[in-house]
Amino acid sequence: MRAELINPFLKATVSTFSTMVNTAPTPGKPYVKVEPGLTHDVSGIIGLSGGAKGAVIISFPSETALTTVSAFIGTPVTKVDADVTDAVGELANIIAGAAKADLSGLNVNISLPSVVVGTNHKVNTPKDIPSVVIPFACTHGDFVVEVCIALTEQK
Amino acid sequence: MKILLVDDSNTMRRIQRNTLSGLGFTEVDEAEDGADAVAKVQAGNYELVLMDWNMPNMTGLEALKAIRANPKTVAVPVIMVTSESEKSRILEAVQAGATNYIVKPFTPDVLREKLAALGK
Repeated sequence: MRAELINPFLKATVSTFSTMVNTAPTPGKPYVKVEPGLTHDVSGIIGLSGGAKGAVIISFPSETALTTVSAFIGTPVTKVDADVTDAVGELANIIAGAAKADLSGLNVNISLPSVVVGTNHKVNTPKDIPSVVIPFACTHGDFVVEVCIALTEQK
Repeated sequence: MKILLVDDSNTMRRIQRNTLSGLGFTEVDEAEDGADAVAKVQAGNYELVLMDWNMPNMTGLEALKAIRANPKTVAVPVIMVTSESEKSRILEAVQAGATNYIVKPFTPDVLREKLAALGK
C-alpha cells in the first residue's frame, strides 16, 4: 500500500475534526487490516471510483459518535438517531472530499455517503483491494478511519 | 437578508443555519437538493444562496447553471459550499457563475469573510 494514497485521508481527518468538531485527533500507527477486523457501532462509508477504487470508512463506538456529533452540530445528542447518522455521513463526506483534493492527479470520484448503524457490526471491503486502518484518539474518544483503495487501470 | 441554504445533509443545513444566526442572519430557508433550490429561488426573493455541490436529483452545479440561465434569477449571488476542493472544480463552478466558493471543512470565520466580501 502506497503511503501517498493513505496520508491524504489521515490529514483530512485531522483537518476536519480540528475545524468542525473542535478537537484535534491524534493518529496512531496505521496498519493493514487483517480479518477478522474490528467491530463498530456507527460507520460512515464513502465509495471511491474513477482513478482509484475502494472506499473510506469512518467508524465509531456509540458513545464517541454521540459526543463527536454533539460537538459537530453544536447541539447535544443522546441517542443514535437520524441526526447522528446524517452527521456521521457528512463527516465521511467532508473527509473524503478533502482527501480527494490531495489525490487530484488521480481524478478520484466520491459517492454520496452511506451510514451503517448496529452494535458490533463489521464493514466488509473487497478482498482484492488492500485496506489500511488508521486509529485516532481525541477528546471525544477513539475512532478509526479505514482506507480501502487501489489504483484503477486508467492510472 | 433572505438566504437559501441548499444541502442534502440536514446536519450541514443546521450547522450553517446556526452560524448564520450567530452572524445576525435569521431569515433563512432551506432546500434539500438542486431541483428544490431552483424552484425556491425562482419563487422567492433571495439575496443569497449557499449551495452544496453533490446532491441527489440535481447537483449544485446544475442548479447554479439553471439559476444563471433564468433572467429573473441570473443576478442572485450563489456561494458554493462544498467538499469539492480541487482547483479544476472551483474553476468549473466559477465559470458556471458561482459568486464565491467555500470548501468544507470550514469555520464560521470563513463564512463571515465570504459574506463580508459580498457586502452583506
